[in-house]
Amino acid sequence: MLSSCADPKAIEGLSWLFCYLTSGKHIDFYWSFLTVLLLLAITAPAALGFGFVGATAARSPFLPARMLGKTYIAMVRGVPDIIYFLFFVIALDQAIEYLKFLAVCPAGSPLPWQGLEFRVCPEAKVPLSTSSAGWHKAYGFLLAAVTFAIVFGAFAANVLYGAMQAVPRAQLETAEAYGMSHKQVFRRILVPQMWSYALPGLSNLWMILIKATPLLFLLGVKDIVYYARELGGSKTQAYEFPHGDWRLYYFLGLLVFYLCMTRVSEILLGKLAGRLSRGQATAAGEAMRKAAA
Amino acid sequence: MKKLLLATALVALGAGMAAAQTVRLGTEGAYPPYNFVNDKGEVAGFERELGDELCKRAGLTCTWVTNEWDSIIPNLQSGNYDVIIAGMSITPERGEVVDFSQPYIPPASSAYLALSKDADLKSGPVAAQTSTIQAAFVAENGMTVVEYATPEETVAAVKNGEAVAVLADKDYLKPIADESGGALVLLDREEVIGGGVGMAFRKSDTELRGKFDAAIKSMKCDGTLDAMIVKPEYFGPETKVWGEEGKQGC
Amino acid sequence: MSMTCWETIQAYGLRSIGIGENLLPKTDFTLCQQFTLIGSGLIWNVYFGVLSLAFGFFLANALALAKSARSPWLRKPAEWFIFVFRGSPLFIQFFLAYEALVMLPRAGIEIFGITIATSWTTKAWAGALFVMFLNTAAYSAEIFYGALRSIPKGDLEAADAYGISGWQKFRRIQWPTMLRLGWPGYTNEAIFLFHATTLVFFSSFPAFSQRGDALYYANFFADKTFNPFIPYPIVGFYFICITLIVTMVFGAVNRRLNRHLPQNLKSRIRLRPQLVR
Repeated sequence: MLSSCADPKAIEGLSWLFCYLTSGKHIDFYWSFLTVLLLLAITAPAALGFGFVGATAARSPFLPARMLGKTYIAMVRGVPDIIYFLFFVIALDQAIEYLKFLAVCPAGSPLPWQGLEFRVCPEAKVPLSTSSAGWHKAYGFLLAAVTFAIVFGAFAANVLYGAMQAVPRAQLETAEAYGMSHKQVFRRILVPQMWSYALPGLSNLWMILIKATPLLFLLGVKDIVYYARELGGSKTQAYEFPHGDWRLYYFLGLLVFYLCMTRVSEILLGKLAGRLSRGQATAAGEAMRKAAA
Repeated sequence: MKKLLLATALVALGAGMAAAQTVRLGTEGAYPPYNFVNDKGEVAGFERELGDELCKRAGLTCTWVTNEWDSIIPNLQSGNYDVIIAGMSITPERGEVVDFSQPYIPPASSAYLALSKDADLKSGPVAAQTSTIQAAFVAENGMTVVEYATPEETVAAVKNGEAVAVLADKDYLKPIADESGGALVLLDREEVIGGGVGMAFRKSDTELRGKFDAAIKSMKCDGTLDAMIVKPEYFGPETKVWGEEGKQGC
Repeated sequence: MSMTCWETIQAYGLRSIGIGENLLPKTDFTLCQQFTLIGSGLIWNVYFGVLSLAFGFFLANALALAKSARSPWLRKPAEWFIFVFRGSPLFIQFFLAYEALVMLPRAGIEIFGITIATSWTTKAWAGALFVMFLNTAAYSAEIFYGALRSIPKGDLEAADAYGISGWQKFRRIQWPTMLRLGWPGYTNEAIFLFHATTLVFFSSFPAFSQRGDALYYANFFADKTFNPFIPYPIVGFYFICITLIVTMVFGAVNRRLNRHLPQNLKSRIRLRPQLVR
């Protein structure tokens, strides 16, 4: 904090506002935007991975794998995602500690589920109660990220499954005619070709993911919504910077942030779509060929 | 992802071996003067000072964690922290799921904050924070309760006319009424609900509870607890203190 | 004193709309209580879903037409409206709407000597419904706009050839074709709109007298029993039922819209999750 801000109650006007906006809690607020971006950066590829596995499983000739894949794809259709979010985080946390409990707790320890408590021996806590606050934060964040990845993986599986089905049969049959094996057709033809069909769905998924990030706040992660609520609420003289109820302004700020994210994504994804359509046997690809000719 | 998790767990394990036993204190961080997160982003308020002093007396290393009020007990049960110190009133209902220390603040009054002294509590909804003793009290006494997740929102509801009044701890509402310049007033009617404010522990943590109990008692005995309660930045000189009652059995 | 399940249903079956027992259960938290109260909360999810879809449908049609209009006076506002509601999280929209609505003067607004009451606007049944109405209108408008643009050129030329133009052409050719082409997408919108109704009491809108939706009561039970493994799956079960019903109803409409087409041209409804908020 700057020295001129040492006594906030003595200053006013613009310098007050400057000191207010650079207070420790505001700096935390600005960092929390990075938390959201980090969540997107981790979740998007992870969800794509889950989705790929799910879609491949759903196309498998092996019945149990196919059933599992199709169930995974169907799960987000019937039940609101928020239910999974509220539920998975606790379930994952308990599952991880249970696994560690099996590994490290002395033999003969009682099972963790005791009445209303979930209790493992101190060595099996994740993270340990002695670890620094940073680890606790990181763990909470990671749980949220994994939950996001599982739920959005199901959406991605749905998109990729559709895209794999959309690749023209003729292309696959031609490859087979050249003597490629099942695996080779999958790796060399199906996967490279499906992206152009999957992109519209995946673009939408990315937009959904952006718009789902406020739910982080429900998962106990201190994200931008948490700070907007916390900072915007009216403050009595107990605080260094007393003020009235400013939540509306903070939320307007969040609205602008999200609209900018959407706009930028739209522009970038539009460019990517153009690149992927090149040379494809689709309407967009045809239009490009005509324009070039 | 799994590897990453495992790595986290392993590093956490390593870090844990180096440090001494740390007790994690969970609080809400939105209920001044009991506890709040100050502009530096740190936990502050009466319970911050009290908690640090108790840890010193009990010879424990403590860290602070904040958690939303409505999930503060579940997160204690699942081990995210070891103690709740968040202005929590001792009630039999909560006593069935957690164990309380002896109270560190005597049974305090809950007050109604409204726009005018003659507000009719039966005429409209009364605001209270979700899963507080006040919310239950309003619902059980024939008034219409309207619940909000944070204390901040309950007061906002009165200001903008959503609710006729808000029922909360008097110590929380008083500074708000004082600073409102007459726009908000405390009603004369007050309620005494709950059996004082205490720390909450998991039922299985009897040893830890014993340590904090002894520390609270020692602060009652030498009068430091009363001195802390009446500090002007916390509850002020007019607040009910332990006095002679606290010194019994020293 | 424990109640039989039938008594519980009588006491709590309509609790979410204020009929029956005033106080929520304090002990037991039996499976029957959880099923009953969460089911009672579902009334609100259905209320928000059905009404916002019904009102939103009309606004969506108007917006889709405005967006395809040549005049920028119509097109620009529609584009912006759709962008703002589709480009930001519903969660934030709820927060903002609530914060803005509470700023209206409580005593009411006086226009030409008539006082218009405002206090009802901040209640979830009105305020949240309004936000959901605008939100679904924006999403549906985008679907219908896309459908309008993909009406086969031949259909329109055929209409011209028969001398059908103006309002007649819109009502008899363009609008039915738009509905038919947009219907699969619109079905998904409806499903995910019902899912989104669970956000109402998790954002800003307060629950009066502990009257909330299915998720509100599920959360209540999870808090009281410290066991999320029962109430949340119950909500899940109820929503699977809702999804099946919506799929059935919209499927019937879809069959009607496609009834004149040969079998191989009929559009089938598939999940396209572009519509989640």
